[in-house]
Amino acid sequence: MPVRHGIRRFPGTGKPTLIAVIAAAVSLAAAAQTPPVPTSPQPRFVVVLDAAHGGDDPGGKLDTEPEKAYTLALSVKLRSLLNARGIQVITTRESDTNVDGIRRAEIANHANAQACLSLHASQAGSGAHLFVSSLPPAQPTRFPAWKTGQSAFVTRSLAMAGIVNSALQHGGISVTLGRTAMPTVDSMTCPAIAIEIAPDRAAATKAGLDDPGYQARIAEAIAAAMLEWKTEAHQP
Amino acid sequence: MIARHQTILFGVLLAASVAMGIVLWQLRERAHQRLLQGQDSAPTQAPEVAPSEQATLLVANDADNSLLSQVQTLPLPNDPGARARLILGKLMDLYAAPDAAHPVPGGSTSIAQVFLLPASNLDSSAPAPPFHTGPLGMPCRQPGQPSRPMDEKIPCAIEPRPGSLNSDTSGPQFAVVNLTAGFAANHPSGLEAETLTVLSICGTLHANLPRVTQVRFLVDGQPRPTLAGHADLTRTYLATDAVPTEGAHP
Repeated sequence: MPVRHGIRRFPGTGKPTLIAVIAAAVSLAAAAQTPPVPTSPQPRFVVVLDAAHGGDDPGGKLDTEPEKAYTLALSVKLRSLLNARGIQVITTRESDTNVDGIRRAEIANHANAQACLSLHASQAGSGAHLFVSSLPPAQPTRFPAWKTGQSAFVTRSLAMAGIVNSALQHGGISVTLGRTAMPTVDSMTCPAIAIEIAPDRAAATKAGLDDPGYQARIAEAIAAAMLEWKTEAHQP
Repeated sequence: MIARHQTILFGVLLAASVAMGIVLWQLRERAHQRLLQGQDSAPTQAPEVAPSEQATLLVANDADNSLLSQVQTLPLPNDPGARARLILGKLMDLYAAPDAAHPVPGGSTSIAQVFLLPASNLDSSAPAPPFHTGPLGMPCRQPGQPSRPMDEKIPCAIEPRPGSLNSDTSGPQFAVVNLTAGFAANHPSGLEAETLTVLSICGTLHANLPRVTQVRFLVDGQPRPTLAGHADLTRTYLATDAVPTEGAHP
């Protein structure tokens, strides 16, 4: 009986099987030599937290502490919550230091962030006040003007404000929405909103700014909103 | 023993002292009466130098971050700048009232001057806004229109009334509002509070002086970065440019 060297012939197989095996071997070898096709990594999602005021600028006078202390505490709390949700956070200040508005916008713009939150507090009004830049929307340009850099992001900022609004209301916090002119926010090249926290004056859920439960509800709602914003931002 | 002439001298001096005391008392009473008479004759009402007219004020409300129109009847002079100052002064008086919905101390003296200048570089060929807009191009809600998250609560009906205050429509104007340093120093610090003050001033100016399309602010004649730490005072506020409304969700 003739013996065929090199390739063992399986019982019940013929030439087509042989060709298929050879083709498979060739393709495997080719695959081993060509570099792997790079798979696009999940784009990073960065949130910039801007605790307003600080250092020589105390901000508004609250009942128990200056605005700068309140915003810093809220920034620290939010950073922890966002980190716990796998969101990278960059803050404009970590202590009671002077950081001018230009530097805050620089930090935000260098971070190439997907969300920039400017945190404020006030005794006036009730609940949370969400503000988006009043600049008219514009097409993005390669070199945007510094004081109107936000105009290319106004549409996305409005969308993000809507998500934060929903999350805060879901958390039982009354929200007012508006447009404003703020140099720091107007210079940010990222979806940006200013969040001002005021005492909760609603009869059912009355709470002062220093109420830990109220602070926690606000921070949780904002963190949940950022998670939802992240989901939307990664959708095609 | 006291000498006789000394006793007489003492008596004369005592009598003179008593007499002078009586005269002084009478003089004091006369002066008091004159003061009371002067108060009675002081004017208790400001003289009306101009006929009363209706003015529309956009009054801010901190509770819901809104501007509500309110019509007031005021005696207003003919000069547009003086009218603008009086109207804004009335607005500030409302804010200084004890039960104000947007409490800001200062009152009518907070507005030092209002200058009206011709605005030459406005783009009159800009397309009409696709949405209804209120003052400063901020979205406003039409009657019966469902509310959207980013809609402002500014009523659309605050468009300038025909014939109100300044019916001359020869060209757009640029208003410069000079605030006092005391007003800025005592203004409550806060994003909402400061924004409402600025917007209510701009909206009130445009509602009563339709030609005013741009507004800038000074404090004691000098530019100032912010009103009280938040609202930008370095930019020119547009009273008529439309900002297209965007949905709150993508």
